[in-house]
Amino acid sequence: MRSDGSGTGGTPPKTPRTAGGPRLARAARGLRLVSAARPAPPPAPAPGDVLAEAAGLHVRLGGREVLRGVDVTARAGEVLALVGPNGAGKSTLLAALAADLRAAEGVVRLHGRPARYWSAAELALRRAVLPQSAALSFPFTVEEVVRMGRAPWAHSPRDDDAAVGAAMAATEVTAFAARSFAALSGGERARVALARVLAQRAPLLLLDEPTAALDLRHQELVLRVCRERAHAGDAVVVVLHDLGLAAAYAHRVAILCAGRVAAHGRPAEVFTDGLLTEVYRQPVEVFPHPRTGAALITPKRDETASLTSA
Amino acid sequence: MTAVDRPAPEAPAGPSPGPAVDGTGTPPVRERAARGTPWLLTAGLLAALLVLVPVAAGLGAYPIPTGDVLASVAHRAGLGGTALDRVPESVLWDVRFPRIVLALLIGGSLGCAGALMQGVFGNPLAEPGVIGVSSGAAVGAVAAIALGLDFLGTFTVPAVAFVTGLATVLVVHATSRSGGRTEVVTLILTGIALNAFTGALTGLFLFFADSAAVSQIAFWQLGSLAQATWPKVLAVLPCAAAGLALAPLYARRLDLLSLGERPARHLGVDVERLRLVLVLVIALLTAAAVSVSGIIGFVGLVVPHLLRMAAGPGHRFLIPGSALGGAAVLLAADLAARTLAQPAELPLGVLTALLGSPFFLWLLRRTRRRQGGWA
Repeated sequence: MRSDGSGTGGTPPKTPRTAGGPRLARAARGLRLVSAARPAPPPAPAPGDVLAEAAGLHVRLGGREVLRGVDVTARAGEVLALVGPNGAGKSTLLAALAADLRAAEGVVRLHGRPARYWSAAELALRRAVLPQSAALSFPFTVEEVVRMGRAPWAHSPRDDDAAVGAAMAATEVTAFAARSFAALSGGERARVALARVLAQRAPLLLLDEPTAALDLRHQELVLRVCRERAHAGDAVVVVLHDLGLAAAYAHRVAILCAGRVAAHGRPAEVFTDGLLTEVYRQPVEVFPHPRTGAALITPKRDETASLTSA
Repeated sequence: MTAVDRPAPEAPAGPSPGPAVDGTGTPPVRERAARGTPWLLTAGLLAALLVLVPVAAGLGAYPIPTGDVLASVAHRAGLGGTALDRVPESVLWDVRFPRIVLALLIGGSLGCAGALMQGVFGNPLAEPGVIGVSSGAAVGAVAAIALGLDFLGTFTVPAVAFVTGLATVLVVHATSRSGGRTEVVTLILTGIALNAFTGALTGLFLFFADSAAVSQIAFWQLGSLAQATWPKVLAVLPCAAAGLALAPLYARRLDLLSLGERPARHLGVDVERLRLVLVLVIALLTAAAVSVSGIIGFVGLVVPHLLRMAAGPGHRFLIPGSALGGAAVLLAADLAARTLAQPAELPLGVLTALLGSPFFLWLLRRTRRRQGGWA
């Protein structure tokens, strides 16, 4: 966190005692001297606004440098897909963008301010996070779980029912609203977890492998929801393993490899045979769909096919 | 991840293609079928207490008709009624009522502490007795009795019990969690280790205590309300009242904590602070209970569990409900302890352990079958 504040004009200084009124209040709140005033929800972002940004980001976990100088931006109105091989640092980057992890070097800015200057309550109104696995200690019902997503809005519960209902409809979990979360299948749990995240109605969505446990139909459904949220003005960052899904639904893709961004841009620009073959250490071919012309990405299987037939 | 008992059929694919995320066309959200259950249970528990208190006041080695009990209470409250003769009046107000009030306070504290602990550890098997926090508080209480500590007057024993109880919760908290959750096995093993250690410390104090203190400690260790007096009620009142008043404030955040530490933080919960406050509250409640009555186990385990099965796991009902339920259960158990083997008296801690341990065993098996602590 040392260099966190560098390079941003409006960040609070390290010694808040010398600072002005609002900064003093924020510092006092940080020290829990006064109870935090109810944080106000952020204004609706304009298309193209940078809602999350990693600049020169290094993150160390357990002594290992997992991210080594990553620059990405998540803009309002866009779906950004993070792809890459296992262990490339996708989830770590997502966690850093969620303000879960501290930067060893570089900075993570959320809504223009370094992540650590936001309180938990302020962050909850600004970004929603879908973890890789959904767990629950006690057998709450599906609707209760989705309703937990409304917790940041506890002081204005007016929209709760509408937000919960819409989120459950969008993820097709309304049919088992009254069932216990513990009695659901893996794919159903994943969709309920996503519904909770959608119900939070934060302008920045960070989704870690939302499609991992889902069938074909629901994979498409989830990414359609991502596109819809981006269209409505949110910024969506989604970790994906399926390059085809990324190519079809993401506005921009960042390919991570060994803690760095290997390529960054529109799917058509970055998904090339050579780059993917190199990053995944597996021959890959990219070709246009015969009917739509959309990029199709598959591993090269000629050799394996010939091996098995031989 | 957790094994799924019944892989549920996929939801029928609705005819609506790609429903919009915004609020228009929201389908009606189905209510929990048992939405009224918490209110019914609260009313039931209150009614049970209203019946139990006069009955418990009347029953015993010196029976007092319930009508007389009510008359005496009304008299003292200035609502008419009549005072009783000297002996029954004294039995009622100097023996029975302090004991009843103490049973209510301690039962409420134990039930509430159990519910909080299960929430904090994300594990339905957590309970002050099971994981050694009660014995930790007991070490302090025994030390205070054995060493004749008296620096805070009647509050000395609860205060010392609070300190050692707090130390024990902190040890459990620091050693048994990983990723915001506590595995059943880790929790139980931590409990075994701590119970052994605190038991040894208690034994050490017992070894150095004089014989009067030894008999006092030995009796106290069995868990009993037999020595209830108004000063003792007053001694536990601050701890218990503070704990019981603070606990419900954290209900909503405990619900969120069941998602795990990170998701709770993503929803705006200051998780570190929440845990710290709740550990303090648990230590307050446990110290209140243990310092006067010794170790009374399983109330904090059984009561929240039954309530969770009946009304769902939401902490907004579970925390006050467990306090009410714990009060009712302990009052009933104490009534049984002092009337079943008349004129002798069963130790209350022995009675609750006799009834609670099989329940705990059943719970362990059930939890293990479902893997990972899903209740």
